[in-house]
Amino acid sequence: MEYLHQLIFGVGPYLAGTIFILGSILRYERGQYTWRTMSSQMLHNTRTYRVGNLLFHIGILALFFGHLFGLLTPPAFFYAIGVTPAAKQVFAMVAGGIFGVICLAGLVILLWRRFTVPAVQANSAPMDNFILLLIFGQLLTGLFTIYVSRHHMDGLVMTELVAWARGIVSFQGGAWMHLVEVPSSYKLHIALGLVMFAAFPFSRLVHIWSWPWVYLRRNYQVVRSR
Amino acid sequence: MIGNLFSNPDMPSIQDYYEPWDYDYGSLQSAPECKTMPQARPYSLLHGKLLDKVEWGPNWEEILGGEFEKRAKDYNFEGVQKEIYGQFENTFMMYLPRLCEHCLNPSCVASCPSGALYKREEDGIVLIDQEMCRGWRMCVTGCPYKKIYYNWKSGKSEKCIFCYPRIEVGHPTVCSETCVGRIRYLSVLLYDADRIETAASVADEQDLYEAQLDCFLDPYDPEVIAEARRQGIPENWIEGAQRSPVYKMAKEWRVAFPLHPEYRTLPMVWYVPPLSPIQAAADAGKIGNNGIFPDVESLRIPMRYLANMLTAGKEEPIVRALKRMIAMRAYMRDKHVEGRINTEVLERVELTQAQVEEMYRYMALADFEDRFVIPTNQREYASDIYDAITERGGCGFTFGQGCGGATDDPDVFGGKPTSVRKYFPIRVERSPRDRT
Repeated sequence: MEYLHQLIFGVGPYLAGTIFILGSILRYERGQYTWRTMSSQMLHNTRTYRVGNLLFHIGILALFFGHLFGLLTPPAFFYAIGVTPAAKQVFAMVAGGIFGVICLAGLVILLWRRFTVPAVQANSAPMDNFILLLIFGQLLTGLFTIYVSRHHMDGLVMTELVAWARGIVSFQGGAWMHLVEVPSSYKLHIALGLVMFAAFPFSRLVHIWSWPWVYLRRNYQVVRSR
Repeated sequence: MIGNLFSNPDMPSIQDYYEPWDYDYGSLQSAPECKTMPQARPYSLLHGKLLDKVEWGPNWEEILGGEFEKRAKDYNFEGVQKEIYGQFENTFMMYLPRLCEHCLNPSCVASCPSGALYKREEDGIVLIDQEMCRGWRMCVTGCPYKKIYYNWKSGKSEKCIFCYPRIEVGHPTVCSETCVGRIRYLSVLLYDADRIETAASVADEQDLYEAQLDCFLDPYDPEVIAEARRQGIPENWIEGAQRSPVYKMAKEWRVAFPLHPEYRTLPMVWYVPPLSPIQAAADAGKIGNNGIFPDVESLRIPMRYLANMLTAGKEEPIVRALKRMIAMRAYMRDKHVEGRINTEVLERVELTQAQVEEMYRYMALADFEDRFVIPTNQREYASDIYDAITERGGCGFTFGQGCGGATDDPDVFGGKPTSVRKYFPIRVERSPRDRT
């Protein structure tokens, strides 16, 4: 059991992270033509779809940055501004819950569309279906951990999770030991997250890298010389 | 733009173009014996399921005219007494090939989040970098001419490339070269890129046509020639600009106009408005006999309609262009049929004899060499161009699989086979009634 923990939460993150980063670089270098959002809006473009898509993206972006902020900010920062782990947990539960539900609402629409609309269904790559289901599983386990965490409102589980995440990104050996005692729903959520990182470069998710921030600063017109 | 990135409310769906379909021809041969003739029913090429009815297709109602109620929604009917043109005797028709305009101020380029769309500095061709395109599709809604299309198989947007590999070696585009009516002209135009912004921001829409004309530079002006040389524009490009049929039609004779200048994109494909039959036969007789102009109002296509299309509603330039073309006809008719030189008709439209002879040569005779004045690339640039000769035996156009792989299998990074048509099994369910 210990070995499994070490494998998934100790080695896993580095494996997934390596595949994520190297895979992204390789695909960017070798497969530029395949680097796109692969939108299917053209095949099925209804108001429901547009609302669903918007909800999904707003929700998942907020969740992503919420995780980034919550997991990687040094605990010293929260002590300094006087936020106790318990208060932080309540905030995480509320914000995560709200955006989780927003994201879920959008995702359900997208899932329904992907698997029932014939034109979309016929033109989905297996990876498109897989990634959508993966996010769905990820979201459900994530929302379930909110439900689970009502039993321990002291914020200690969260402190363990933060310690694990900080240990992983700062290459501390033995970070996986922080996760041995946390409820298994968290473990499942994290494991699915690692799968997502590993699948990232092989899926349409690469469009996240291409978020058009350059657009905010560039000239209106683009002229290229020879 | 960024706000609409996830869900653009204006994005067209494939039904707005048309859902591609084919017919189940196989059923004609495999149908069991039945009371009625077997039918090849339509099925969707998107998913292979049978369609009850084909609702919409390319040019569905266009040539047939369709219902006037729908046609009357045409923006170009703005300010026209449209009820009259709904009547059978008064209907009119014209073809308008809508192309990528390769605008001076392209809104597709401005709307591309990835910066994949660009205008080429040397010849102004607007292209999509297929490698850089991320499929945000903002150009699809950004282009007012609707000339960018999303390829739902490759996930990239695609557009007219102005046949740039041909242009670079001095050939006209395929659409121009193959035009049976010989109505497409293609050549160099020198313009002042610094005036584009001023021209595009003119307050009154109706001044946009003139403002754009002001961007075009006279290729015979010594100052312009000197500046062009200073900027390193090759000599044969300057010569091309001087012999340019496009410059003559747009600037000298003023018979060509931009399509919908009110979009402020400064489009670079210009259109010569069509002369249409004159309503009353008596009027038609008048032109040839004594050179009196028919009222252009009596032309079958209303002036306002053409003006809405070409000059943001300003009729005078259109009237002048049409009168000039009528004058050209009258003059040449008098010259060849009556054997006299009718200068009176030319004075009315402020054309000289030399000009009208030239107009006739370019527009009526329309030789290949006059229609297409395309300077070939200089040797110095040869390494940059798509060279058909060195490309011989090369891999040609690919969907990004590189040259080596002849297969079109999806790669590990999720590439989809884009150049292979996907065949869906067609399922036809027959009701027991069909059988005898």
